[in-house]
Amino acid sequence: MSLRFQRLILIIITLVFFCSAVLLILFNTQKNIVFFYTPSELIKNDKNLLEKKVRIGGYVKKNSFLQKPLNNYQFKITDNISELLVFYEGILPDLFKEGQGTVVEGVLNNKKIIIASKVYAKHDENYMPASIKKELEKNNQWKKDYK
Amino acid sequence: MFKFLINPSRFNKLIDIIFRPLVIITSITLVVSLVLIYFSPLDYQQGLTVKIMYIHVPSAWLSLLTYGVMTFYSIVGLAFKIPFSFIINKAIAPIGAVFTLLCLISGSMWGKPMWGTWWVWDARLTSVAILFIIYLIIIFLNQIFDSREVREKTIAIFILIGSINLPIIKFSVDWWNTLHQPASVSKLSSPSIDISMLQPLLVMTLSFSLIGLIIAILRIKAEILIRKIN
Repeated sequence: MSLRFQRLILIIITLVFFCSAVLLILFNTQKNIVFFYTPSELIKNDKNLLEKKVRIGGYVKKNSFLQKPLNNYQFKITDNISELLVFYEGILPDLFKEGQGTVVEGVLNNKKIIIASKVYAKHDENYMPASIKKELEKNNQWKKDYK
Repeated sequence: MFKFLINPSRFNKLIDIIFRPLVIITSITLVVSLVLIYFSPLDYQQGLTVKIMYIHVPSAWLSLLTYGVMTFYSIVGLAFKIPFSFIINKAIAPIGAVFTLLCLISGSMWGKPMWGTWWVWDARLTSVAILFIIYLIIIFLNQIFDSREVREKTIAIFILIGSINLPIIKFSVDWWNTLHQPASVSKLSSPSIDISMLQPLLVMTLSFSLIGLIIAILRIKAEILIRKIN
């Protein structure tokens, strides 16, 4: 084997070892890298998260959205297993609606209630022309993956 | 046949032939893609805002592609001691940086109306920001060494170390909970983006790549000339 190919193989082996080292670190600190917990993960979590800033993500539960005066909102976040009641005062993003994905940031009152200071809308990876959606609805073919 | 990829004089010869047609093709593609985007349909949820995608996604792809090319040339350059690969590394780093910045800025402008925030520190956004910083470090490293040999090797090794970021960016949306949505086009099942929006996106990606290629060719040519003078 010529010298240059030995060098090539050495470089590749070094790279593979280095990559696995970094990936191992990342996967073992996974809990600190996630942007949000789901409501179920929150209930399973034994760390004391009360009175601290946390982010919870899930879908806005159908028929749980209430608008009160002066930009006060109340709704439930669900991951279809557990749910969490959210109180929020502020402006909601355009995409926010019932059934849509969302992430809220705020302080937990207890493991069932959060006082949110920020609400983000999370949209999915589906893109579709508005006209096609209308067409699908006309034929009763329209369905969403999530409840 | 592929000697022009590693040999400067072959590269120059080939460029003299193809440069003019390339510029013409690029201009046509750019006009076509802009027209296609103008007539592309509005999204069922995002409305007009979805058109930011046609800038955001191509620049994101090209920022990764540019880094991939640099990684390839770093391996080749270090293993086979080919000077031309270091010329390319130096020439295309700023192009990658610009694409990354474009991706960050357009993403920010897209995030404000859709998510309700300019910026969050989720895994995808953070890893792309790190990519931008890596590009900046590569550009700065090009300025600080006196000895050319030391500089080229240091940069190539740094590029290889930084290449770990590429899979992290790609899979960050699958590995961790992020605010950024998962991939729409590059996934195993059929793309979850309608064909009428996928077509303009792919044509725009082509014209972005051609523009990047033209700038890269000009910069590589200039770099070859500078080395001839020195």
